[in-house]
Amino acid sequence: MTTESGFHDSVYDEDLLGGDASHWAFGTSFEDPLAGVDTTIPDGVDPEELAAYCLMLGDDALIYSHRLSEWCSRAPDLEEDIALANIALDLLGQARLLLARAAAASPAVVPAMPEGSPVPPEDALAFFRPDAQFRSTRLVEPDNGDFAVTIVRLLLFSTWRLALLERLASSRDQVLAAIAAKGVKEVTYHRDYAGRWFLTLAQGTDESRSRLLAALPPVFAFHEELFTDHPVETSVAAAGVGVAPSDVAAEVAVILEQVFSVSGVERHDVPQIGPVAGGTGRDGRHTEALSHLLAEMQSVARAHPLGVW
Amino acid sequence: MLTLEDLGVLRSVEEYDDRVVVTITPTYSGCPAMATMRDDLVHRLADAGFEAEVRVSLSPAWSSDWITPAGRESLARHGISPPGAAPTGPVGLSLLPTRRVLGCPRCGSSEVELTSEFGPTACKAMYRCTACLEPFEHVKEI
Repeated sequence: MTTESGFHDSVYDEDLLGGDASHWAFGTSFEDPLAGVDTTIPDGVDPEELAAYCLMLGDDALIYSHRLSEWCSRAPDLEEDIALANIALDLLGQARLLLARAAAASPAVVPAMPEGSPVPPEDALAFFRPDAQFRSTRLVEPDNGDFAVTIVRLLLFSTWRLALLERLASSRDQVLAAIAAKGVKEVTYHRDYAGRWFLTLAQGTDESRSRLLAALPPVFAFHEELFTDHPVETSVAAAGVGVAPSDVAAEVAVILEQVFSVSGVERHDVPQIGPVAGGTGRDGRHTEALSHLLAEMQSVARAHPLGVW
Repeated sequence: MLTLEDLGVLRSVEEYDDRVVVTITPTYSGCPAMATMRDDLVHRLADAGFEAEVRVSLSPAWSSDWITPAGRESLARHGISPPGAAPTGPVGLSLLPTRRVLGCPRCGSSEVELTSEFGPTACKAMYRCTACLEPFEHVKEI
């Protein structure tokens, strides 16, 4: 913490800080996650649609990252605590790059900040948009539930996202392609982790199996929404920069079938949560859970729009 | 000493008179050490009289194969098991624990077991040596 005359002289003396106060100035100058990256938009691609699409993929990662991070210090044991926090961190990194890409594609999507605010565009998007402007799919919004619900949701989410990212790695947008190629390596670990725990819970005790089975209906109630193409997704897919989720439905089904079958769990159709007022998460129509999550996630940033961290 | 070059994070350095353009690549998307790395580069180069610009390269994505032989030796010397060859090709689902042939960086025994695929940093898995009973970290192959 700085004072007008420089650093405090108490325990934070020069020796501890190495005599160089600017060393602690994270979050200021050279923090642009896309510094030096060529963000030119490919020919024939609408910048607004590209930005909206990046927000969709970025918001999925951001909101789910926040949900998973709620397990920190509360997981069943230390290894799972660390695993879930690591997965959350990977997704947060993906979110940061995707939101930065959205802002670079169309600066108009970034909320206006007060004069002199040091908040970078990706943070403005994360912390200063109201719920209806988020484009995350509703699967990532509800509370974590117990560990079985967490594992079932992670399996569905990571299987879906991995399939999307694998195709996105050949996007005509070089930035999206690079973010996706990197994300593939990370989400592969997330899917394996969820798949192994799914099997363990299914084949574990009567209690773990019954909890796993009970977790299926609430999570799979959002299944249909994952594979329903939003007009923006259809458009960016046609332009060769995005992926239409309906295109990955078959391969996701194959992977899920492998996990269910090895685990000795039958997959039943469950009632789906349909659109609200004609829209779903991609349209900014969300569950109440998202508003509560954002209230917690955004409150500090909103209270200090001029804050330097 | 383990340098950014040893880790394969440093991709290029270009020098223009008193200005230097350094390109680095993140290991994992959310790696919180990136800010420190950029910060250190700017400060060390400023100390040496250079104005530094740090650029990010996202493609190709970082691979643990880029860790140099010297980097691997250095990791092992510090009790961290270096990565094997990174996987290539399509991504398959794996429901069994990841199998790696590796030795305990402390006692050299190959009698080791995986504790968790996730460790104290995004790039490492946790292992336990059943010979000397010490836990250790292994840099994952990506």
